[in-house]
Amino acid sequence: MSETPRNADSWAKPVETLTVTDEREGAPNLVEGKRLQGAIQGFGKMWQKTYRVRLEGVETTPEEGIATWRAEFPSFWPKGNDFYPPLTGLEPGEVALIKAAGPGGMKFKTGVMVIYSDDREFTLMTPEGHMFAGWITFSSHDEDAAAVAQAQVLMRAQDPISEMGLTMGGHRMENRFWEQTLANLATRLGVENPSVTTTVVCVDKRRQWSKAKNVRHSVAIRSTLHMMKPGK
Amino acid sequence: MTQGTLSMGVRRIDDAVAVLDIEGEITSASEEALGEAYAEAAENGTRAVILNFTGLEYMNSGGIGLLVTLLVRANRAKQKLLAYGLTEHYRQIFELTRLDEAIGIYDSEDAAVAAA
Repeated sequence: MSETPRNADSWAKPVETLTVTDEREGAPNLVEGKRLQGAIQGFGKMWQKTYRVRLEGVETTPEEGIATWRAEFPSFWPKGNDFYPPLTGLEPGEVALIKAAGPGGMKFKTGVMVIYSDDREFTLMTPEGHMFAGWITFSSHDEDAAAVAQAQVLMRAQDPISEMGLTMGGHRMENRFWEQTLANLATRLGVENPSVTTTVVCVDKRRQWSKAKNVRHSVAIRSTLHMMKPGK
Repeated sequence: MTQGTLSMGVRRIDDAVAVLDIEGEITSASEEALGEAYAEAAENGTRAVILNFTGLEYMNSGGIGLLVTLLVRANRAKQKLLAYGLTEHYRQIFELTRLDEAIGIYDSEDAAVAAA
């Protein structure tokens, strides 16, 4: 067995906590010093959600699709949601900041770390306090003579507040978000009338009550407190 | 069981412990092969499943996701999931993704069996 696999550089190095290395105008940094949280560390039911779009009728390879997706990532997000990538791009180990629309006009201020990136996929992992704990992998592959672009989320709600929010419309909002994102990507790549499919699987119905204490990092609470600060 | 460049074998140490030998690459395309091998290893009163990564050549983020779903299956069946044979690189990946907090990692098969 080779000690160093061919994709060794595609993985981020382990970190104790997140560090944002550059200032990004308009992007509050509420993730500094936070730990990464995978689905294992989350509270709620575990879900695997897969959003797919066939890049029908355009000549593009999975590699070209992923290169465009990575390079123009923020532009595909639905209006009202902002993604602030690092200056160096979505490279392994880099942290991006997020302002995402929540229920009732609320803005969630959070971030993600790029834990993996190669020419066919890249993965973002959430920190403590994010609405959910897990990661999302953006990938592309060939299938039946067309490239397919896919986003796959593996997640649990971070804490009881997020679980309640997801149950009361949050899942629906999230599904719409990624469906719109994939449609925007497909349109950018030249697909006419893209059709996005969504598959949702409950991987684990149990809630991890030992993780209920994650609520102390809750992005809903922290974002509200941040909004109440003078001048925000 | 073989799928793509992944080959899986199941060995029983005793009635309670099974070893899943992984050879090749774990990616999202490995779901079926890994799932079937795990099901075989986990049947008939197995108390612990040990993943042998000595032959692992490559794993991407899709592969890490599959390990999380194996972990859920193990927890549901009240089985331990353990691992050995990880190179320093993959130990770091387990640390990065915090899988090491849920899957016990050991230096050798003997150590993993002793902990099972």
